[in-house]
Amino acid sequence: MTSALRTLAPWLAMAVLFAAAPHIFASGSALTMMSVMGTMIIFALSYNMLLGQTGLLSFGHAVYFGLGGFVAIHMMNVVISAKLGVPVAIIPLFGGLAGLGFGFLFGLVSTKRAGIVFSMISLGIGELVSSSSFILRTFFGGEEGITSNRSALAPFFGHKFGPQIEVYYLIAAWCFLSIVAMYALTLTPFGRMCNAVRDNPERVEFVGYSPRVLRMIAFCFAAFFAGIAGGLTAINFEIMNSEQLGAEQSSLALFMAYIGGVSSFTGPIVGAVIVTFLQITLSDVSSVWQLYFGLMFIGVVLYAPDGVIGWVKLHRQAALRGQLWRLAPSYALVAPAFAAACVGAIMLIELANRQFQLVQSEGSVVRLFGVNLDAATARPWIVAVLLFGAGVVAVRLLWPRVGDAWGAVNERLHSRDKA
Amino acid sequence: MLQLIIFSTLNGVLYGMLLFMMASGLTLIFSMMGVLNFAHASFYMVGAYFGFEISRRIGFWPGFFIAPVAVGAIGAMVERYGLRRLHRLGHVSELLFTFGLAFVIEELVQIFWGKLPVDYRVPPSLDFVAFRLFDTTYPAYRMFMLLTAVAMFAALLAGLTRTRVGIIIQAALTHPDMVAMLGHDVPKIFMLVFGAGAALAGLAGVIAGPALVTQPSMAASLGPILFVVIVVGGLGSLGGAFVASLLIGLVQTFAVAMNTSLAGIFGPAAPPFLGDLWQVTVAELAPVIPYVLLVLMLIVRPTGLMGTRET
Repeated sequence: MTSALRTLAPWLAMAVLFAAAPHIFASGSALTMMSVMGTMIIFALSYNMLLGQTGLLSFGHAVYFGLGGFVAIHMMNVVISAKLGVPVAIIPLFGGLAGLGFGFLFGLVSTKRAGIVFSMISLGIGELVSSSSFILRTFFGGEEGITSNRSALAPFFGHKFGPQIEVYYLIAAWCFLSIVAMYALTLTPFGRMCNAVRDNPERVEFVGYSPRVLRMIAFCFAAFFAGIAGGLTAINFEIMNSEQLGAEQSSLALFMAYIGGVSSFTGPIVGAVIVTFLQITLSDVSSVWQLYFGLMFIGVVLYAPDGVIGWVKLHRQAALRGQLWRLAPSYALVAPAFAAACVGAIMLIELANRQFQLVQSEGSVVRLFGVNLDAATARPWIVAVLLFGAGVVAVRLLWPRVGDAWGAVNERLHSRDKA
Repeated sequence: MLQLIIFSTLNGVLYGMLLFMMASGLTLIFSMMGVLNFAHASFYMVGAYFGFEISRRIGFWPGFFIAPVAVGAIGAMVERYGLRRLHRLGHVSELLFTFGLAFVIEELVQIFWGKLPVDYRVPPSLDFVAFRLFDTTYPAYRMFMLLTAVAMFAALLAGLTRTRVGIIIQAALTHPDMVAMLGHDVPKIFMLVFGAGAALAGLAGVIAGPALVTQPSMAASLGPILFVVIVVGGLGSLGGAFVASLLIGLVQTFAVAMNTSLAGIFGPAAPPFLGDLWQVTVAELAPVIPYVLLVLMLIVRPTGLMGTRET
């Protein structure tokens, strides 16, 4: 009884969170953001079925997201013009099926091999589809894309999904179902065999499975869920264009999954929330927000290969054993240096952006951290370089202390293990 | 028709040689370090922008020599301070690092030079007509590009097969551990090769910049084609990369020159569901052709034209 409760508790908590979120963050912009987050969570999780669970690094996952979305939006238009009784709530399923179909087709070509070759084929197919989208104008709608009207479809239990709040709950419901389904998949023997294919394909063959077939099935599942995410996006925005299946959207999936952490199931969910939040808020604050994004990604690759969740897990382990206080002094030492380096870097980027790009349209004065800085004078540049340089040097000098603290913590953790 | 064939062949060979200048570095880096360098086309772009900036201030010729060296130095730094520390985490981390780097370089270029194409011009000393054939002229700058690319090719070939460093590099391609055992500094060789590859890409950028368009999206549009070249040629094979570069250069150039479509051959009445495909000209299909070639090649011959290994 208690064990059943324990397994169900996180899911109940998630359902409650999904249901309560629009009441906590009630503003219109928050609602829009959360709707996008819901679709991106599905997209990132579907991507991680490939990267994290099966070890396939794809650079063309947006193909299935975009094609799913296009099929969904065409389906909506067909339903409207033929007056079929299909409600909007099941449209994402058509997106998913489209993703599955294209996933099967392209999977036949690309899952023959893993590793670098798979990555290159996925990139090639991604480019193939996105450049075809400019040729097949009837289906992809050229530059303008394809539009639809979600409220013109048949009502679903009296809801026409006109207002954003109804769309949010539709996305939340699909998101919840997809998360449950994808998590359940990881528990099946198939899910375990995917992990085995990732870790040691040769051994998988000895056990009597075909790595190729397993990769193929995983690829189809991932494409299916990406298609659902695309279908939901089509409903949410009521427009699809060829950007949605291009290289940038594919990199977004990679960024979300990797920043969150590919080695755990929850990583991509966290990554999708963080990345979507930053995407929407940063683009208001700075015109070069994508640069911060890229730098953040490089930072994660270099210093935290297990992503945000990996970092949190590490500290939770230490906290559970009551060892977190050992880390505190060294962190307190490094934090100001790290902050100085970050502030310096942000200043340099914003000053450069102002001086080289925006100076004609917006003048040379840029407001940063509540201070007005004139990019045309030397002083803010000198301060920025000093802050950045001193910060980097200090972090490098102080970092061994953090390593020592972790060494002490690990020693305690492992000695308890033995006892 | 003959005129079209001659000029398309010339342009195709030129484009192919440019591709090879980049693909050679990419495939050398890959076979040596196992790293697929996503930022390789970004070095090409940085080369073009450096060339533009230097030619604007000092002149084209200083840029022709300084820009590739500067790009090579950046490449060596990337290897030394980025890739080398990621080596123990495996190839996926290295690949993702270069992927992020390509993203960052594109954004940085946009900060310094803007989102619009810059005005990178052919130098006056090379701005004349090389020859005239069937009342069509051929610019001297293109001949200069071709000569530079051929000279680079010859230098690379001689360097790899005739010099001591080249022989050590060739040995390090297949037996890095053995080369290290013999007392050579393999990480230093890696850094050298990475820097040299970046410099070659930078040189390609300097000379291609004035002829093509120098803009922030030039890396993102060329990068995937480079991957097509090295996969079609066979991963790790320099000869294959050379053949594939020329092949793709010629195919794309000829495709662009052709205005036929299915509608032009079979009449305007399109069969159902083929409306768009019926009207498309071969020229419009040109951007898709390399990727179709890639997919076909991987189905028919996964090792590529001259490759020996599959992964």
